[in-house]
Parts: sequence; structure tokens; C-alpha cells
Amino acid sequence: MLRSGRGRYKIFLGMAAGVGKTYRMLQEGQAERRAGREVVLAYLEPHGRAETEAQADGLERLARRTVEYRDTQLEEMDLPAIFRRAPELALIDELAHTNAPGVEHPKRYEDIEDVLEAGIDVYSTVNVQHLESLNDRVAELTGVRVRETFPDTVLAAADEVVLVDLTPEALIERLRAGKVYPAERVEVSLQNFFKVENLATLRELALRQVAEEVESKRIVKQEEPLGTRERVIEAAPQAVAEHVLALITPRPNSQRLVRRAWRSAQRLGADLDLLYVQSPGREPAGEEREQLGAMARLASVLGARLLIEEGDDVARTAAAVAADRGATYVLIGQPPQRRGFARLGESLPERLMRLLPGVDVRIVADRGQRQDRAASP
Amino acid sequence: MLCERTLEASLRLAKAQGAVLMPAYLTVVPKELSLDAPMGVECESALALLELIDQRATRAGVEVDSRIERGRSARHALERLLQAETFDSVMLPARTSSSDGFAPGDVAWALDSAPGEVLVLRPDPGPTPDRRR
Repeated sequence: MLRSGRGRYKIFLGMAAGVGKTYRMLQEGQAERRAGREVVLAYLEPHGRAETEAQADGLERLARRTVEYRDTQLEEMDLPAIFRRAPELALIDELAHTNAPGVEHPKRYEDIEDVLEAGIDVYSTVNVQHLESLNDRVAELTGVRVRETFPDTVLAAADEVVLVDLTPEALIERLRAGKVYPAERVEVSLQNFFKVENLATLRELALRQVAEEVESKRIVKQEEPLGTRERVIEAAPQAVAEHVLALITPRPNSQRLVRRAWRSAQRLGADLDLLYVQSPGREPAGEEREQLGAMARLASVLGARLLIEEGDDVARTAAAVAADRGATYVLIGQPPQRRGFARLGESLPERLMRLLPGVDVRIVADRGQRQDRAASP
Repeated sequence: MLCERTLEASLRLAKAQGAVLMPAYLTVVPKELSLDAPMGVECESALALLELIDQRATRAGVEVDSRIERGRSARHALERLLQAETFDSVMLPARTSSSDGFAPGDVAWALDSAPGEVLVLRPDPGPTPDRRR
């Protein structure tokens, strides 16, 4: 019996083999079974780990099928058997696996797609280095190129991504204790892939990946119609990742602000946006245009993004952009001294703080003015 | 590399002429990277240096408007900078056996091609305590 509607997809993501992804998947599968759901273990790769085997006890297992390829017998997940059994939840280990030629799909994540389409929920596992977009970076950072990759869209389309986290030191401890690989592979692994620095890098990538998934889902939800732009600003929740926005003007003294903003962004590991709010319908000309051109080149060399927005109200326009971009810090230059009636109203920093609750607003002092002050008696 | 003498001379000239000083950090982009690739590591040094120049210029009462320019070579970066900016004078530190700067060929190219006054600065020969006393 096949069910109507697509199944729910939950992926257990880890930084490397041995962190406990499969174990956690089995634990959750067991919990679902105890809650009365029909759970089958469609494919398990226990790697000879006793703890993993023990955790699978009591779960209904589907037999693997044998595929012959170049005089070799290979064992693969039996996709037709899953459809015949039609459970409520299928546990399928290692979604990045490449199937033997001759089965329905070249890759296991494609098999999983069929299972989900049949209305069956799926729990699966994968390591972060298998993500297609990270392949080059992982190879560059760790010196190890992963051949089995899967598209980022698979992770993005999952209903839930669970990060199974372990410190590099704890994982190495598990490896040394023989809980990850057989004894004869331990030393080789420690000297190659399982180095603290490699694992720390992969851990960071896994943490970032999950944070970005949460962030992208948050932004998609935010795009739902919420009424006026002002209400969008008020409704924007806090972003997980740091994001710096610097308000610039097409003048040389903005360069110092950009330098400060870039350093802050570097320290926070954040993206940097530079925003210039220009009066509506007024095209920059002359020196202003030259300065904007210089700012665009500076943004490019720094890896920042230059945004030019039209708006009568700098604070409101900046606040809208900050909310849209998920800014967590806003840097502004020292506002000019206000004169006359303007002194009675709110200043730009005050307005920004009111419009962007929870966002840090930082004022970068003008060096020239500091000199003047220091020189005065 | 920026030598003390180049900076001092540039500030002195800018101050005397009431000009804006445009310190430019020229960075060479490796061929395997796109010419518009972000240069994060280079920018660490560039921004620190430009900040230092900014401080010195402020103390000297000179307005600055700094740049970072990319190119496949120092000359290429300079060429791109000269095309993008308007200026009256360009000051070039020349290379010697003991210091960085523009090679004789680059200096000759600038003298021939730059649309404005070109000042070639002899690099700082090193500390000479007697003379500075």
C-alpha cells in the first residue's frame, strides 16, 4: 500500500565517520517503533560497530539484494522491497552512496527520493564532506578528496537536518578505543584523515552548514506576505549567523568606516554589506560617482557587497535593508552635528536602534574630529 | 612595501599643495584567480597599512582617500589605477637592491604613460643617525 502525499525527510549530518549518526538514527527509529509506527531498517552500514548493531536490535530489517558487476557480487539496498513493504518510516544509511550499475538509480539519494514520493518517511545519514559545494574546499583543507558527493539541494529540501556533533578530541578517543574502525585501521586513520585540525575544520563546516540551513529556512518564511515593510522589520527574527552592514557615503572618510567594518566582519566570520542610501531619482554625478566607483572596487577586493538603495529616509531604508539581509551589526560614521530644530528629534543611531531591536549599532568616530578634540585645550 | 621616506615626501608635498593624498596598495592577483577575486589575506596587510597612513596623514593635516588596486603585475595594477582615477601627480618609489619599489622598466613606462606629473622617489637608504640628529 502506498500512501498519498510526500514522506518527511530527516537527515542526520556529521563531520566524519564515527560521530554517531547511524546510532542516533537507529535510536530515533527505535523511539518511533515504540510509539507504534511501522519502522523498517531498509539499509544499514554498521561498519562492524557492536554498539550500532546492538542499537538495531528489534527493528525489522529488509534483506539486501545482490547485484553482479564485473564478476563481483555487490550488495545494495532493495528499493522494490521497500515499496512492497510500504512502512511508515524507512531508515536508510549513507545517502551519498553510489549504487552498483544496473539498479534503479546511480545514487542512493535518488532512491530515497522515490521512497519519499511514495509517501514513506525517511531517516538517513551523511557526512558533511560529501556535500557537492564543499567538495573542493574540503579537499583543499584536508588534502582528502571525497568521490561520493550529493547535491546541496538534497539537504536544503530535507524537512529536518539534525547535526550529530562530537568534539575532534572525543572522536579521536573513540577511534583509539576501536569504536570506529577495526584496530588495524586505527593508526593509518590517525595519521591521515583523523587529525585534530582536519576534524576541527570539518566540524566547523558541519556547524555552519546546519546554521545556514536554518537561516535559509528562516528567510524563506520571512518572505511570506506580512503587510507593510515596517511590519516586516518588526517581525524579522534574529539571524543565527553574524552579518555586518556598514552605512557609507560617497566620501573619502567612509573608507575608514569600511576598514573598521571589514575587520569586525573578519573577526566575527561574518558577511559584510556596504549600503549607500541615495535620494530618489537623483543619479550620482561628478565626484560622487567617482567615489561610488572606488567604493565598488574596494567592496570587490574585500569580498563585500555594495548595495545602493534609494530612499528619502536613511534610517528607515537602512533598517529595511538590515532586516532583509539579516544584519546583526550596523556600523555608521559619526553623524554630522545637528543644528536648530533638528536637535530636538531623534538622531540616526537612536532611530536605527529603535527600528532594529536586538541589532548592535556601532558608531565609528571620525579621526579628524578626534584630532581636533585632542588639540583643543 | 612602503618606506618612511616615500610617505614623508608624499605627505609633505600634499600638504604644501593643499592636495588630497591617495595612497594606493597595489596587489598582484595570481593567474589562477579571476582579476576581480576578493583578496582577503592581502587586504589584511593593505588595510593595516592604509590605516597607518591615515593616522599619519591626519596628524600632518592632510586629507587622504586611499585605494586598493588589483592587477596581474604591479605595473598592470598601476595602469588600472591611473585609468580609474583623476590626479595631478603620481609618486613612485623606485626599486633598488635593498628595497622594494617599481622596477626601472615600470618607472620608464609610468614616465611615458601617466597623464600627469610623475615623481620618482629614491628609496630610503637605511638609518643614518648622524644625519638625523
